[in-house]
Amino acid sequence: MSDLRDLYQEVILEHSKAPRNYRESSAWNRKAEGFNPLCGDRFTVYLTVDGDSIRDVSFQGSGCAISKASASMMTQSVKGKSVADAEKLFESFHRLVTGLGHSNGDAELGKLTVFSGVSEFPARVKCATLAWHTLQAALEGRQETTTE
Amino acid sequence: MSIGTKTVSGSGLDLARVRADFPILQRSVHGKPLVYLDNAATSQKPRTVIETISRYYEETNSNVHRGVHYLSEQATSDYEGVRKTAQQFLNAADLREIIFVRGATEGINLVAQSYGRAHLAAGDEILITQMEHHSNIVPWQILCDERGATLRAAPINEAGELDLDRFARLLNAKTRLVAITHVSNALGTINPIRRIVEMAHGWNVPVLVDGAQAVPHMPVDVQALGCDFYTFSGHKLYGPTGIGVLYGKSALLDKMPPYQGGGDMIMSVTLEKTVYNRLPYKFEAGTPDIAGVIGLGAALRYVSSVGLENIGVHESAVLAYATSAVSPIPGLRVIGTAKEKASVLSFTLDNIHPHDIGTILDQEGIAIRTGHHCSQPVMQFFGVEATARASFALYNTKEEVDRLVRAIEKVREVFA
Repeated sequence: MSDLRDLYQEVILEHSKAPRNYRESSAWNRKAEGFNPLCGDRFTVYLTVDGDSIRDVSFQGSGCAISKASASMMTQSVKGKSVADAEKLFESFHRLVTGLGHSNGDAELGKLTVFSGVSEFPARVKCATLAWHTLQAALEGRQETTTE
Repeated sequence: MSIGTKTVSGSGLDLARVRADFPILQRSVHGKPLVYLDNAATSQKPRTVIETISRYYEETNSNVHRGVHYLSEQATSDYEGVRKTAQQFLNAADLREIIFVRGATEGINLVAQSYGRAHLAAGDEILITQMEHHSNIVPWQILCDERGATLRAAPINEAGELDLDRFARLLNAKTRLVAITHVSNALGTINPIRRIVEMAHGWNVPVLVDGAQAVPHMPVDVQALGCDFYTFSGHKLYGPTGIGVLYGKSALLDKMPPYQGGGDMIMSVTLEKTVYNRLPYKFEAGTPDIAGVIGLGAALRYVSSVGLENIGVHESAVLAYATSAVSPIPGLRVIGTAKEKASVLSFTLDNIHPHDIGTILDQEGIAIRTGHHCSQPVMQFFGVEATARASFALYNTKEEVDRLVRAIEKVREVFA
């Protein structure tokens, strides 16, 4: 079960059971819905963007343990960051879960490195990145995105 | 893994021999012997199908219905021989009633685009059910949108059975066609087709049956069912992908306009006017999937040699065993508990997402399907986003079910 424990780390299981920032922000000014047509996962990400800064971020929706934990930890990671830093963080995260590794200049992932096991499960990469794609859509002013 | 060498009670099926017919069952996945329980998505292929396709390409490859040379005559004879095999398989009255299509999806689209466009006007209705696969919903939505017609869906009950009373009440003078699945891919429910056909014919409404999930599990006699169209895919019946059959009553097919234009479907062509070919060629435009048809023929012969009654008895025993084996698992809910059911065990487990279940089972070498099974209206009815689905074929064993149960326990451990 060592492989499985790489994927389903305690932190991930814990976030999937008790997701953080799982609510509709009271003062959101950007919102997007993300959908994975393959498995039916669906999340809405709410942002309160003030100038160049992400003041608040929250989400709601349904999905598997990986997608829900990823959404939960994403909200913690990007809150208070600038839009540019959040986008850089997504790039680094994407490299992590697709197994491309860390390169110089990448944003520091911190706790998000618990998702490194996803790279061994290619079918689950879309689960881990759904919330991030949705965040990106909201930042770019698109109201919908899919993983396809 | 040890497998039972004895026949399952009363099935007359030699399981060890059957399993030896399928080369892929020898392989391992993630270091564990493969347990393939995704048969409702596609079944594995017996050696005879694989070898028949190879032999066709090595020895007979040629285009059909065209050449005067030896190979073309041989390929044509083999290709048309499968039409005869398919006719016998479905007990169709007439060889001309067997049309080769890419699969059940194309069979349904052919009827929608040809029969449907010729018969549907604004205000008319098409009646389907709430348990249809997307392939028996979307073609009718496209058609109804184009014609200003209405698509109605008869509801199901909590067991996943069609509500026949409400189905009867949805039939009316505006109904132009009933399209219904024989066996539900998401629930396993077997619909009472003969009764449904009687009800529809009472209104002079023809019936199309999606048989994709039925033909692998039970003998089908289209004359006994009385349906007007019946379609299935080869790949769920141990045959190759990309090939299937549409049966239609010749009286209807004769009057229907072509579905696609091209070579082979014509009698003569001038730049002003084309005379269409006779049945069934009118509906087979272009060079067909010759290898696919010939591979399908091998699959039909294989299934017939094992015997669909034997297969049905064996699979029912495995399904019953699996259903009682999973029922004590805490938090497990079986979705689809129809009295008449075939080979599908759909379930949810606490709040654990089916995708997570699928990943953990895969690590144990067990292949199941997870998701909405292209039947989102069914998922909506049961209030779930997705289910995990184990679906059984003639080669599955009770020992494999035991491994499934142990793997589900492992899922519960991970998420404990």
